[in-house]
Amino acid sequence: MRAGGTVLPGDVARPRTGGWRTGTRPAVDLSRCVDCLVCWIHCPDTAVRQRGAVFQGFDFDLCKGCAICAEVCPTGAIRMVSEETPLDPGGVLPGTGVLADGQG
Amino acid sequence: MAKVELALQVLTGAEATAHAMRQIQPDVVPVYPITPQTPIIQTFSRFVADGKADTVIVQVESEHSAMSAAVGSALAGARTMTATASQGLALMVEVIYIAAGLRAPIVIAVGNRALSAPINIHGDHSDGMLARDSGAVQIYAQDAQEAYDLMVMAPRIAEHPDVMLPVMVGQDGFQVTHSAEGVALLPDPDVRDFVGPYEIPNPLLGGGASSHGTFAMPDSYFELRHQLVQATEAAEAVYAEVAQDYRRRFGRDLPQIDAYRMEDAERAILLIGSAAGTAKEVVDDLRAEGERVGLVALRLYRPFPHAALRAALAGARRVAVLDRAVSPGAYPPLYSDALGALQGSATTLQSYVYGLGGRDLSQRAVRRAFAELALPAADRIGYLGLGGEDGDGEP
Ligand code: SF4
Ligand code: SF4
Repeated sequence: MRAGGTVLPGDVARPRTGGWRTGTRPAVDLSRCVDCLVCWIHCPDTAVRQRGAVFQGFDFDLCKGCAICAEVCPTGAIRMVSEETPLDPGGVLPGTGVLADGQG
Repeated sequence: MAKVELALQVLTGAEATAHAMRQIQPDVVPVYPITPQTPIIQTFSRFVADGKADTVIVQVESEHSAMSAAVGSALAGARTMTATASQGLALMVEVIYIAAGLRAPIVIAVGNRALSAPINIHGDHSDGMLARDSGAVQIYAQDAQEAYDLMVMAPRIAEHPDVMLPVMVGQDGFQVTHSAEGVALLPDPDVRDFVGPYEIPNPLLGGGASSHGTFAMPDSYFELRHQLVQATEAAEAVYAEVAQDYRRRFGRDLPQIDAYRMEDAERAILLIGSAAGTAKEVVDDLRAEGERVGLVALRLYRPFPHAALRAALAGARRVAVLDRAVSPGAYPPLYSDALGALQGSATTLQSYVYGLGGRDLSQRAVRRAFAELALPAADRIGYLGLGGEDGDGEP
């Protein structure tokens, strides 16, 4: 560890704050998503992924389940669901669409 | 050893400290005035206003803010100093812990003063002891000349790669801050050359990305605090190295421990700060009367120079430890530290408290401590000067 707890780029390979969730996680109805990225700018944990101006779902290694994204989404595309609810990659509700990068 | 011959100027400890700051030219000085530190920053501000030092003075609304600004400034990559005393230091202490933990090398000039209540503006070491366990290095001057010399040495200690810690340079309130005496200042270029450029790893304004002040969970906090312990411990060797270079260049010797007439001393006094002058006079008088007595005064208090103190006191059977601070309900700090350093040695210690709130330590009181060392050890704390300057310890 660096003196004073200083952290430089690359010091932490992969932070996994996702372990802090307490039972629920965000799920997106892709058919209602308009790529406004309001969720992306509000997420305190950089857990909303985007490519350019296109919404790319959630990174559950980082998402702490705070529900801010669900609160701010202007189209109501995001809702919090139980960890047990089956989701497509990236937190997409099954049958609502496929993420642009196809890998979720 | 080169000896630089310089004319003496009549300066107070505070003025001498301000001259050291003028010569060092820190980039940033966030500061808030408080007696008896005020003449340090007042004098230094005048130097800056007159164009004699290229420093940004940040006027803040409290010492908590002063130290907070200092942390940001030091980590940004700017050489940073501040000054405080007493209640101001008390307010600063929270952030001194943070500065030490973040390894921010800030030099803090302290005009040591008593703590309230009752309110008192005069000297003792209670304020410094508040920051004793912060990880900050603490050095204490005996007089105005030392206040100057130690201030010049301080940035090199603070910024050493093994240390990277705040360094508090203490001088007794009024007895040093406001007492004018002959002080020899070094030439400006010599000081600048001695101090050198400010270099820290990963400064915030250094062009690279870095996060400071990060959160540490139970899986890493202990290790990071242990790093701080090691850094503070490393400051002992760094102090010695810097003092040696100071002596080599300028012919002034300021070892971490000032051992005075200890050659064959059987009885000794151990203390910190300006009372060393009075104690040395008494030692001289008692020596003239044939008594084998000596004085050990610490300049370096944190890290505590355990081995050096053991060596300095090796021949003494009895030592009176004079604290200028109390720890109500327990033995005072210097005594406790010395006891730890002398574990297992044949030297026995006697605890005394003196000089709270600026009360002078009289020669008679020092004589009394030496005389009592010839008596059987007492299992209590003695109070020198309680009940009046020559008081016998009864309130
Ligand atoms: S719940 Fe939404 S806003 Fe909160 S951390 Fe997860 S993705 Fe980010
Ligand atoms: S806030 Fe809602 S609509 Fe906007 S990008 Fe996020 S999920 Fe899509």
